[in-house]
Amino acid sequence: MPSFETIIGLEVHAQLQTKSKMFCGCSTRFGSAPNTQVCPVCLGLPGALPVVNVKAVEAAVKMGLATGCTVARRSVFARKNYFYPDCPKNYQISQYEHPLCSNGFLHVEGGEKRIGITRVHLEEDAGKLIHLEGDDHSYADMNRVGVPLIEIVSEPDIRSPRQAASYMQKLRTIVRYLEICDGNMEEGSLRCDVNVSLRKKGSDKFGTKTEVKNLNSFKAVEQALEFEIERQARLLGEGRKIQQDTLLWDSVKGESQIMRSKEEAHDYRYFPEPDLLVLDIPESLIQRVDTEIPELPDAKLDRFVSDLGLPKYDAEVLTSSREIAGYFEATAKELGDAKAVSNWVMGEVLRELKDKKIDISQFKILPRQLAALIAEVQSGGINMPTAKDVFRDMAGTGNEAKDIIEKKGLKQISDEGALDAVVVSVLDNYPQEVAKYLAGKDKLLKFLVGQVMKETRGKAHPQKATDLLKEALEKRRGS
Amino acid sequence: MRLNECGLAKLVTMAKAGEISPLDVASHVVAAVEARERDLRVFLDFDKDELLQTARSLTDSGDYRRTPLCGMPVMIKDNICVKDKPISCGSRILTGYKSPYDATVVVNLRKNGAIIGGKTNLDEFAMGSSTENSAFGPTRNPWSSEHAPGGSSGGSAAAVAADMAIVSLGSDTGGSIRQPASFCGVVGMKPTYGRVSRYGLVAFASSLDQIGPVTKSVEDSALMLNVMCGEDANDATSLPGAVPDFAANLDNGLKGLTFGVPRDFLEVGMDESVKDNFDKLVTNVQREGARVVDVSMPHAKYAVACYYIIANAEASSNLARFDGVKYGHRTQNDDDIYAMYVRTRDEGFGDEVKRRILLGTYVLSAGYYDAYYLQAQKVRSLVVADFAKAHERCDMVMLPTAPSPAFKLGEKIEDPLLMYLSDVFTIPINLAGLPGVSIPTGLSADRLPFGVQFIGRPLDESTLLQGARAVEKLVDFREKPFA
Repeated sequence: MPSFETIIGLEVHAQLQTKSKMFCGCSTRFGSAPNTQVCPVCLGLPGALPVVNVKAVEAAVKMGLATGCTVARRSVFARKNYFYPDCPKNYQISQYEHPLCSNGFLHVEGGEKRIGITRVHLEEDAGKLIHLEGDDHSYADMNRVGVPLIEIVSEPDIRSPRQAASYMQKLRTIVRYLEICDGNMEEGSLRCDVNVSLRKKGSDKFGTKTEVKNLNSFKAVEQALEFEIERQARLLGEGRKIQQDTLLWDSVKGESQIMRSKEEAHDYRYFPEPDLLVLDIPESLIQRVDTEIPELPDAKLDRFVSDLGLPKYDAEVLTSSREIAGYFEATAKELGDAKAVSNWVMGEVLRELKDKKIDISQFKILPRQLAALIAEVQSGGINMPTAKDVFRDMAGTGNEAKDIIEKKGLKQISDEGALDAVVVSVLDNYPQEVAKYLAGKDKLLKFLVGQVMKETRGKAHPQKATDLLKEALEKRRGS
Repeated sequence: MRLNECGLAKLVTMAKAGEISPLDVASHVVAAVEARERDLRVFLDFDKDELLQTARSLTDSGDYRRTPLCGMPVMIKDNICVKDKPISCGSRILTGYKSPYDATVVVNLRKNGAIIGGKTNLDEFAMGSSTENSAFGPTRNPWSSEHAPGGSSGGSAAAVAADMAIVSLGSDTGGSIRQPASFCGVVGMKPTYGRVSRYGLVAFASSLDQIGPVTKSVEDSALMLNVMCGEDANDATSLPGAVPDFAANLDNGLKGLTFGVPRDFLEVGMDESVKDNFDKLVTNVQREGARVVDVSMPHAKYAVACYYIIANAEASSNLARFDGVKYGHRTQNDDDIYAMYVRTRDEGFGDEVKRRILLGTYVLSAGYYDAYYLQAQKVRSLVVADFAKAHERCDMVMLPTAPSPAFKLGEKIEDPLLMYLSDVFTIPINLAGLPGVSIPTGLSADRLPFGVQFIGRPLDESTLLQGARAVEKLVDFREKPFA
């Protein structure tokens, strides 16, 4: 079988978190009763006209600037004409020949891979059709009709399913940093279609591509691409041709099915939307939006590495969420030891958030409190296992580490006199183990340390306990 | 005195003076409608009880005297939304549909003391020049029941001409206010594109549609514009800027005004009688003290072709929403969605609407867009430039409104191209987005009205109305369709 190069491009739709819809004043809230957030405009009633939501325009400009795009001072809304019951006007207001933003890029794989962004344009979402089992009618919920979307179209720069997922993840991180989209793929706030084709290695001509739609998770993006690449490779390997089809991914079955062939492809008959003026973006708007863009993940990552001395891996994990990065940074600032904080945040904090299915804003331990806890460990006040218990207590109650340690009597026993007594009693209680150790079974030291910890209810300073045990055992060897 | 025969300005003055009430006027209008509706078929919806009731309560409260329109009734073309009223657009496809909201222009009229009256007949979705494309049958020309009232606002024009209305609203996409006004011997005014909000006007061709009044005098049109115009947050294409008092300079006369006559464009041809009427008027205007200059409009003759690409392209998209899914007509046989679309639209739309949707779909199709739609946009900008250049030399351009007086019902309906040419003089004005007003300028040998239109600079309706008013006085057209 000849070896192929994979060419992938993504079209990502992100729902903008504006309060009202793209062309009317209806709410964009998710999950309301069907058809309660509608008006003559989004329902496409006779005579109704669209008016552009400036907040949505600003969000799109923000995305453009954040991804290095050129923001067009004049862009044009266009009608995309097609008949479908989820689209009440039977045309979608989108942008076609003159998009708002074009020619950008972003980096994945630790800055190693640059992926071009062809364009970012504004459009409106469609409604939802509901098909109930055993009911021969379909129902339409128009609440989502007219919710503002940006469509982000990549260049065909992606070379693997893994890279596609990374690109998607990076987009999600960026829209969340910018606070223009909640990035919730399950609820459909972020959706993805992929275009994929194969070509013989070394060739500079693109092969025939297929489009796979309906990818609702990073996993689906990867799996659908793997499936499609394998299918195309098999066909090409058999000397057959790829048909330019549109496919639909079924994540339950783990396979894609043909939705329509090239012959059935729509002619959308785009033309400039005559109900809207050319979208004029004043320089002042671009400048203002630019000042509203926070430090982006790449810049933050660089700073965490160069200024805070974090390993690149840590910096990448921490900056994948603006809130986590902020939490980390605040804590590190309190403590003055970035790596220690990074270990805690990447370990205990992220685990706690995942277990409790909460986000950092709901997390009870404040950066100052976490810094104090880590400081307790570093000063020898408590040992690490105790600290983890204290952490869990804090995460549940929001109490200060100091108070918990005091109340529960968890202060580490470092006093040699107190530890000595425990060591002696442990050695007395386990004569067989002591004998085996002295006979050369070094591993039993760990067991004996464990007993000391048990006796002290975990409070013994582990290193000191080890040292004292070794010392006492050597003494017994001699006697 | 029969109040329904009076113009708006006169009635408002009398009402303010306490000489008449809204109920007096409404009663006379209702009487005229009852007498003439059966012959003329002007209205698609007319609720006389509601009209009288509203007029009665206004009269009782006395508040009307503090409003500009003093409780006078305004008839509405049935492609403009009135809350809780059926709106058909002259089509079967909207069967059973009522608008849940008022068009902005209706809101403005109500705010200014108008009573919203009946809904007038039109060509289906305003596509036509005779009302013969109405799914509910044509309106008759009050001057001759064998003749068309013009279109598409034929109901609105006939209502005013037959004194079944004091004033009415029309919409003008390619001449749909001015041409029927001309055929019916009344005044029809299309404001600058964007002057009157289109919110609530069922779109035919969004970049050309404009709402305007049909009235018995230029002064009445000015009064109507005063309450209809203004920027609307619901219409992105409505124009900002102050709305002047259009009635302020009305009587400044002809002196100091320059009229431009595009001789090259007039060569596209017209009835000899229309040409005579027009030429005589030009001579008169000059004799009475206005300057008349020749202007050149070399591209205006391509306007009809250009229009039928742009208007149909937009229409094919605007009318896509009438699909049987949400409101209006739906075919009985609806088990498959695409078949449902096809059958619903086949049953719901008339021939002319289908023809235009097909043409519009065609010109936007992949591979044809550049040759048709883009090319038409280029021609459109040339027409705009023609007018801009003409307006450097004159305050308003003068043209016959239509190349003939009213034609007979049935005369052109089988020949769409012939029908389209009846708008040859009105269409360029829509392409350029300019204000235009048609006034009656005499009667033909068959007692059918002639009309002449004046085309002003963008947003300069004031000067335009001043000129039209001066010519109106000069012509002093007092004929009535009924003895």
